[in-house]
Amino acid sequence: MSSLNKNTFLKSLMFYFPTLILFLSVLNEIDLNFLAIEYFSFNFAHVLIFYWTLKNPYYLSYGSIFIAGLINDVVIGIPIGISSFCYLLICAVTAYLRNITLTPNFINDWLSLLFTILLINSIQVMSLDLIFSIEVSYMKYFINSGFTFILYPLFLFIFNTLEKRIKFQKND
Amino acid sequence: MASSRDDFVIAIRSAFLKKSYQQKFSLLTLIFSSIIIIVLGSINFKPIQYVKIGINEVIYRSSFIISIPENYIKKLSLQLKDHLNLYDNYIKIETDLIELKKKKLNNDFLILENNRLRELINETIQSKDIYAKVLVDKDSPYLKSIVLNKGSKNNVKLGMAIIDDVYLVGKIIEVNYTNSRALLLSDLNSKIPVLLEPAGIHAVLSGTGKNYGVIEFTKEEYNQELNDTDIIVYTSGYGGLFKSGLPVGKINNYKKENKNEINFFSDFRQLDYVKIVSYEMESNN
Repeated sequence: MSSLNKNTFLKSLMFYFPTLILFLSVLNEIDLNFLAIEYFSFNFAHVLIFYWTLKNPYYLSYGSIFIAGLINDVVIGIPIGISSFCYLLICAVTAYLRNITLTPNFINDWLSLLFTILLINSIQVMSLDLIFSIEVSYMKYFINSGFTFILYPLFLFIFNTLEKRIKFQKND
Repeated sequence: MASSRDDFVIAIRSAFLKKSYQQKFSLLTLIFSSIIIIVLGSINFKPIQYVKIGINEVIYRSSFIISIPENYIKKLSLQLKDHLNLYDNYIKIETDLIELKKKKLNNDFLILENNRLRELINETIQSKDIYAKVLVDKDSPYLKSIVLNKGSKNNVKLGMAIIDDVYLVGKIIEVNYTNSRALLLSDLNSKIPVLLEPAGIHAVLSGTGKNYGVIEFTKEEYNQELNDTDIIVYTSGYGGLFKSGLPVGKINNYKKENKNEINFFSDFRQLDYVKIVSYEMESNN
């Protein structure tokens, strides 16, 4: 009985794992900044949302992505709603890609990520600069987009392993 | 041609409107909600401000708790670096200490003289100090700011100065009930009036988004007055936000380097506790 309960708890935990990581990442702003490497930063939330909404949207609901965006705005101190809008645009691109793709291809996904992060970072920079008159470093956004793009294969490998584990737990 | 356009329209419609995979909301609904929040936020719509303050109260505390492991790793790496540089630091500190002891004697005299002069003109500067802990210290590539554990409950107000030891590090830009956010001097949006000493030139210090600031709005001919010596940057007190003479940073060899980069005295990545200060000029005339 205890083992059965434990198993159910583990299954639920694994099911909500991507959502949990998303909330942890926006609250903690995972970007390895403590390494103090100049110019190094990447957006973990963008990769996470792109991967899970493209490969398996069953595990990451749009509602939780919307709330995660609001939290992210509060943590980094920008006007609320901007990150939610950007995150949901990633979801829109991945939903479109899912609809038009018959056989998923890594290179296509990777290039789509580049297009998506360039689009959403441009929107974010423009809205901060033009609507809210908050000055931002364009170069830092550009470098952030570059590292997010470069690090995608690494996260793809980690998330693929995680997804297999979740599916294994689900079928167990 | 028409068929491919139809496919595109169907894919777009399906992506935005279809509530697939047990999603409770369609993408279009949530995107519109975000846009409405952004628009209402831009016109300072009151309910949105209250919602934001409510979220801030909960999120800042949660973020502090969740950031504990990362902050621990950060502190550990800094400690390790300090241990590795122990001997070099010791030699440097010993030399600095001898120099500082000499300077302190002069400074003590100047402070006493300054107080006497202020008494003569019946003018005193009153300051209210509030000690605060840094809750969230994100070295974000976008905005350089810190979240403090004191808010309107503790009489924190917009524009108050943030002091680390004796050095100015920023000012309060957002106040909630139990916490507040301070914009650091290194942020791109930070601009404060400063005084360049010993030349006595007024200028504006602007943040760069990096770990240093730059001098702006000085006339070209002033560059001639800034010789090869090191320049110390203090607050000028213009605008009445900060009192004059708060140390901010240093420009090393202005002419030699031919740059106007200010190295801040305080290391913004290692702020644990700070002072929130408001200054009031009291004239007894």
